[in-house]
Amino acid sequence: MDVVIDNIGLYWSGFLKTLQICLYAAVGSLALGTVLGAFRVSPLPPLRWVGTGWVTVFRNCPLTVVLFFVAFGLPEIGVNGAYFWFGVSGLVLYTSAFVCEAVRSGVNAVPLGQAEAARAMGLTFGQTMTQVILPQSFRATVPPLASVLIALAKNTSVAAAFGLLEATARMRGFTNNQADDRPLIFLTFAIGYIIIVEVMSAGAFGLERRWRTAR
Amino acid sequence: MSSLLFDTPGPRTRARHRVYTAVASLALLALLGLVLWRMYVTGQFDYELWEPFVTPDFVVAILVDGLVETLKMASLSVIFAVVFGLVFGIGKMSQHAMVRAPCWLVVEFFRAVPLLLLIIFIFFLAGTGDGFGSFWSVVFGLTLYNGSVLAEIFRAGIEAVPRGQGEAAYAIGLRKAQVMTLVLLPQAVKIMLPAIISQCVVALKDTSLGYYIIAPGLTRVGKAIYGQFGNQFQTALVLAALYIGANLVLTWLATVAQRRFVGEQKQLDVPMGAGQAGGA
Repeated sequence: MDVVIDNIGLYWSGFLKTLQICLYAAVGSLALGTVLGAFRVSPLPPLRWVGTGWVTVFRNCPLTVVLFFVAFGLPEIGVNGAYFWFGVSGLVLYTSAFVCEAVRSGVNAVPLGQAEAARAMGLTFGQTMTQVILPQSFRATVPPLASVLIALAKNTSVAAAFGLLEATARMRGFTNNQADDRPLIFLTFAIGYIIIVEVMSAGAFGLERRWRTAR
Repeated sequence: MSSLLFDTPGPRTRARHRVYTAVASLALLALLGLVLWRMYVTGQFDYELWEPFVTPDFVVAILVDGLVETLKMASLSVIFAVVFGLVFGIGKMSQHAMVRAPCWLVVEFFRAVPLLLLIIFIFFLAGTGDGFGSFWSVVFGLTLYNGSVLAEIFRAGIEAVPRGQGEAAYAIGLRKAQVMTLVLLPQAVKIMLPAIISQCVVALKDTSLGYYIIAPGLTRVGKAIYGQFGNQFQTALVLAALYIGANLVLTWLATVAQRRFVGEQKQLDVPMGAGQAGGA
């Protein structure tokens, strides 16, 4: 335990980096995933194909390979940048596929009669979307999106393999130096991740309960 | 065809959609062209960079040392994980709090901890030096994580069996173990099978985490190849294609199992099963 207490600064900086990656990647993948979800339910076939293709590729490809492609493959074709942004964009590419599926399932969860009734009342497309469909699908999207974001928080650890000094990379450094304390070091880092995961799932549960409506 | 978002389009809307479709297609083709052009400019189509993937010796190495090792790692860990999940999933449903609590703790712990952290810990604790090596470190890490997710799937599956089944079994005088093995499990397996196969996809993807501790499998072979040829871009594409191909086969199996055993119902959903949503 002394190792961690003596190096509490490194511990914090590791988890701070984890949270930072997670935040940027969450914002990016929510945005991209929503666009892709809109593609998948759009009436234009080419956009639907892009959405489907994206989901098929990135849901079946390991995150390690995606990050590898972004961090080592893109510089080969002349795309350069900081490792931090490579890590974030790899996570965004990967996570957006899962966000897309969550968004799509949310839209599909709205009963068909709701939209038909709205149209029958003479609401325009914009009104139907903003007043009737999106508020309902938004609620249905909360639980799957929470799962996706929790997975994202854990997946930030994979960025450790690509030169980002977040919590998992810090643990690796600690265990290298202090062979005897490995179980304790592991536990302290595990607890850090568990706190992040539990806070997120408690938040999601709270939102779900708050927005639940009587049907 | 009318859908949730749109009514059946009329002639004017159809004409407008044709215009949008053309614009969208052009934009997408332009994007694809840009990528291909960048690849061409930076010489990514050079034969030397693709050479290892058309040379028989290398192809054999990729398939035997890479794909087969990866599949071996995944299938071993899935087999162990099923056992682990069965034990802890049933443990979580025990009527004795003394059994339930530790099972709950173990399952929640391994579900919340990032798999890579776990694998690194196992590797440095017992895998390096005289230990059991990186292969088994990955297998054990995958077992603990997927086993915990499977424990939740098993529990949800058993709870999805209609209550009357268990009650009837008790009523005809079966013991607790008999109710589980003769009545509940056989029915639950059918419900769970698609979710279990989906979890195999996660396990197969997660074998790639062995990259960090240089475990055998596709990632290590890939590393050796780009180390020699300097073709990171091509190696990433080929590795991705192999993983995606293998996973699509598994996904197809899951769909077949779903249709055959479960019917049109929704696939068993395990909430907050972060693994279900993304794995690592």
